[in-house]
Order: sequence, then structure tokens, then C-alpha cells
Amino acid sequence: MNRFMPVLATTVVFGVGFAICSLIYPNFASPRVVMNLLTDNAFLGIVAVGMTFVIISGGIDLSVGSVIGFTTVFLALAIERAGMPPLTAFVVVLLLCALFGALMGAAIQYFELPAFIVTLAGMFLARGASFLLSTESIPITAPFYGELAEHALLLPGGFRLTVPAMIMLAVVALCAVLLHFTRFGANVYALGGSRSAAALMGIEVGRTTVLIYTLSSVLAGISGIVFSLYTSSGYSLSAVGVELDAIGAAVIGGTLLSGGHGFIFGTFIGVLIQGLIQTYISFDGMLSSWWAKIATGLLLFCFIALQQLMLLVARRRRPRASGAGAR
Amino acid sequence: MPRKAVSFVLPRLGMPQIVALIIIFAINSFLSPHFLELRVQDGRLFGSLVDVFNRGAPVALLALGMAPIIAMRGIDLSVGAVMAIAGAIAASLADSHALGFVLVCALGAGLMCGLWNGVLVALLGMQPIVATLILMVAGRGVAQLITEGRIVTFANTDLAWLGSGSLLGLPTPIVLTLAMLVLTLLVVRGSALGLLIEATGGNSRASALAGVGTRVITIAVYAWCGLCAALAGIVAAADIMGADANNAGLWLELDAILAVVIGGTSLLGGRFSLVLAVLGALIIQAMNTGILLSGFPPEMNLIVKAIVVLAVLLAQSPRLAGLGLLLRRRRP
Repeated sequence: MNRFMPVLATTVVFGVGFAICSLIYPNFASPRVVMNLLTDNAFLGIVAVGMTFVIISGGIDLSVGSVIGFTTVFLALAIERAGMPPLTAFVVVLLLCALFGALMGAAIQYFELPAFIVTLAGMFLARGASFLLSTESIPITAPFYGELAEHALLLPGGFRLTVPAMIMLAVVALCAVLLHFTRFGANVYALGGSRSAAALMGIEVGRTTVLIYTLSSVLAGISGIVFSLYTSSGYSLSAVGVELDAIGAAVIGGTLLSGGHGFIFGTFIGVLIQGLIQTYISFDGMLSSWWAKIATGLLLFCFIALQQLMLLVARRRRPRASGAGAR
Repeated sequence: MPRKAVSFVLPRLGMPQIVALIIIFAINSFLSPHFLELRVQDGRLFGSLVDVFNRGAPVALLALGMAPIIAMRGIDLSVGAVMAIAGAIAASLADSHALGFVLVCALGAGLMCGLWNGVLVALLGMQPIVATLILMVAGRGVAQLITEGRIVTFANTDLAWLGSGSLLGLPTPIVLTLAMLVLTLLVVRGSALGLLIEATGGNSRASALAGVGTRVITIAVYAWCGLCAALAGIVAAADIMGADANNAGLWLELDAILAVVIGGTSLLGGRFSLVLAVLGALIIQAMNTGILLSGFPPEMNLIVKAIVVLAVLLAQSPRLAGLGLLLRRRRP
């Protein structure tokens, strides 16, 4: 019961927020706005799901924003300049991302380095690589891209499900299954609880760590593909700072940064809350975009304070509980 | 263990950093023969070397605040945002108020930001990354609120002097950084404070049980970092005679963390060295300057930085350290 509290709180906040918004603006609760909420935040949602895996395992991945930037530039160059078919380019870039993530995971595991600094180096490396490829914004004019952008699933009630939204929902669903119903998912939680205990239980800590960072980078690659679909271009400066939005979404969604707790669904709602704030501000038209930052910061504070309070209550109830979280 | 009351001897551990800086300077002067030339004009020292120190000053100031925090197993992601806030306050007050008032307001804001971080970490028990992430996200918004989203410029020459003037023949930012370094050293190493910080970083619970006031020290260290960040923000704003809330101090928190790590402070807490952290900042700046001088595209900058981070990391890796020890034992 206690485990589900943060996710429940987040969902309630989202529901209340949405209700308030639709009371203020009559057009807010329309199929169009709801679907745009999904489409506009698709790339963030995908990356935040990967971040959730990393954070639950007790790590952090600062490189995802740069990987998105790299992916968009690589795709634009491969499709436009090298004439690669888009689907082949997708496969190639995802393989590159997987290799990149695996290398970071291996560095963290086998050289016993802090994830924060390794992925910081990864962030510099990926962003630098995309700068080297091109510093200009390259439009992608392949007909395949136009078709994908036009394509949308019409649902009853006037809901238009776009391709980015579809990809995000699929990623969320698949990763929720992967995290909550497979052995790999259980290992991720175990790693976040205690690395040494996990190793003593016979979990292959090394393999799991490498896989987690590989997954995170691959999801960042998918997110980059979605981002390039969304903007029909590749730009080395795209998605700067997205890693922080992703961490924020995971934390708002009830994932503990100390590892071991969290749900994919919570992260999904966390992304939607950030999107809701943006949508509210664009509906208002008077407020400037920096209010979004302040509001997100305040929300972060409230949720973390709530988590902290619950940890405290839990510890009071079990005074002789382990020293986890003492630091 | 008996300790000398005040000891300013460079730690013996500092050799790799000093050698690295000298090598980078050598490469730079190879790329550009005039690199090491110094000349005095209008009573002020000029030259590329002075530029490296001058441009490195903001990151060096940040590193001064960041080093004790990292030694306590903490981290402060908000310093860039605090720089933006302090710069915004200084720039918007500069033309209507006295310099003293402007400085007190900007530094006070930094101090408050630091206190906020410290309270979140020490009293609410939040993890440092999350606690400071809040201010990192919200702080830039606050800075934009202060400047109302515009780039605020000012004409106050007294404030501008802090960024581009000179004192005793040296650019003011260098003098300020040196003064802050000496002040921090006096406070931290002149008393037992440094030892207590390192003890808290080594094992916070054990230190608390041993009677160290870990909470007060944590809050004080974060507050100090906020103050250093505010000073860096003032210097950066004074340098361009304006404040850009969007870009002031953007990503400098990462450079500051990098400088501290290059300076040999482990992210796992424990020992730290302020002098080496400042040296780390200079190494980063010297590399940036070197890439510019070499005629490589500035895009190379990030790649070189990444490679340096990886090299430093591998040098610090416990695995490789074990290997090195093994090799050293074989060759007595």
C-alpha cells in the first residue's frame, strides 16, 4: 500500500491539475489538447522511461539529451547526405546508441566509477560528436518522414493518435512489462536496494548494469528518432538539458533517487504533469515560459518533501529497520 | 595526531595536476609561440597566459565552493543557476544603487540559495543531487523573473571594474579568486573545519556519533558554495556589463564539478584540496584556450574535455589503482 502512495499522489495531482485547467479554459478538455499532450511530450516520455530504469538501479544517466541530439544529426546526415533508407538509418543509429550505452555501463561496472561522472563524460562525448558531424540544422525531406508525420490513427471520439504518441505508449507499455514482470526487472530493483546484497544473492550485477545503461541509451536513440520525426530535421543543439527534465519526471512520478523504488506508470504521469504545465502556460498566453521552470521546481520540491516525509514515517514505524537512506 | 596550526604547503598529491597544467601550457606555447609572452601596458599585465587565469576565474570560484561539498559526498548542481540569479540582481540594481548595496544584495541572494540547499540536504535529509536539482531547475526561472526575460545591461563602471578592471597590475577576477582561495584556505585549513568536513564525507554517521556537528557543517558548506557562486555570477555579469538569465553560468556546474574531480577530490567523499581544485579549473580553461589557439574547430572542445574526464577517471579508478600498486611493488 505504502509503495503505491507516491504514484497515487502524482496521479491525483495530475487529475486535479487537468480538472482546474479545463474549468478555467473550456476548450482544454478536448481530444485535440489531450492528444497534443501525448505527441508533444513523446520524446521526453521515452527518455524518462529509460531514466527510470537507471534511477531505480541506483544510478543516473546524464548523457541522454546529448544522445538524442546525436541521433537527430546522424539521421539527418545519413538520410539526406548519404542517401540511406530511413529504416536502415534507424537500425544503424540504434546499434550505435546500444554500443555507447554498453560502454558507459561497462566503465561504471568494471572500473568502479561513479555513474554521475561517467555519464557526464558520455554527455560531453555525444554532444561533441554531434557538433563534429554538423553544427547546422539539417532538414530531413525524405518522403518516408512526411508520410509518418501525416499518419495518425483515428480513434472514436475524435482522438488522433500520432506516430510519436504511438511509439511512446508502446515504449511505456513494453518497459512496464519489462520492469515489473521479468527477471531483469526484478534484478534492477535488487541492484537499487543494495548492490552487494544483490551480488551475494547470485544476481549477475555486471551484466545487469551494462544492460540497464544500454537500454537507457537505446531508448534515448528511439527518442531521438521521434524527435527528428517531430521536427523533421537534425540539429546538434536539440534536446539540450532533456536529461534533467527526464530525471524530474521520474522523481515527480515517485521514483526514489536513492534507488530501489519507482514505477514506469509514475514516470509517465510525471511527464504528463510537465506537459500540462507547458500547455497551461501556452493557453494562458500572458505567462512567460520561465514560470514553467519555477512551477516544475516547486512540484519537484513538493514531491521530494512528500517522499522524505513518508520515509520518515516508515522509519518511525519500524525503529530497528536497516540504516538504508541514513545518508 | 599533532598538526601545525597553519600549513600552506602544497600537498604532495598535487604533482599530476601541476605536471598536466605545465604540459598543456607547453603545448599551447608550441601551437602559438606568443602564448607565454607577458607585457605590461597601462600598469596592467597582458598576455594569453593572463587570459587563461582571467577566463578561468568564474569556474575557479565555483570550484572553491564545490570542493568541500564534494568532499562531504554532496554535489551542488545549482551553482550555474545561482550565478544567473546573482548576475541578474547585480545588473538590475547597478545603475540605481551604490556598489556596496548591489554587492550585498547579490551575495546575499547567493547565500540564501546556498542555505536553502543546505537545509534541504542537512535537515530534510534529501539527496544532494535532487535537492540542488530543484534550485537548478527553478533558479534560472527566478533569474528570468528578475530580468523580466530581457538581457539587462548597465553602465556602472564601479561594478564593471570587478569583471574587467585591474588591481595591482592583475585583472580583478584573478585577484578576487586568489583572495577567495586564501580566505577559504585560512578558514578551512587554519582550523579543524577541513578535517571535520573530510570526516563527514568519509562517514557521516560515525562523525555525528563522534560529536561532529555534521548538520551545521553541511549547511555552512552549502551556504559557502552559494556565496562563491554568487561572486562568480557577479564577476561574469560585470565582465560583459550585463546579465543574460538564459545563458549566464549555463553548464558551468559541470565544469566546476569536473575541476574539483581533476583536482583529485573523489566523488565518494573524503580528502579534498582547494588549491588543486583551482588548478583543475585552470587546466580546463587552458585546454579551452589551447583548442582555440590550435585552429581546431571549437566543436572539438567537448570531445577533448570528455577524453580528459575519462583519463582522470581511469587514473582515479580503484581497480586501476590496485593494478598500479601491484606494479610499483614489483619494481621496488
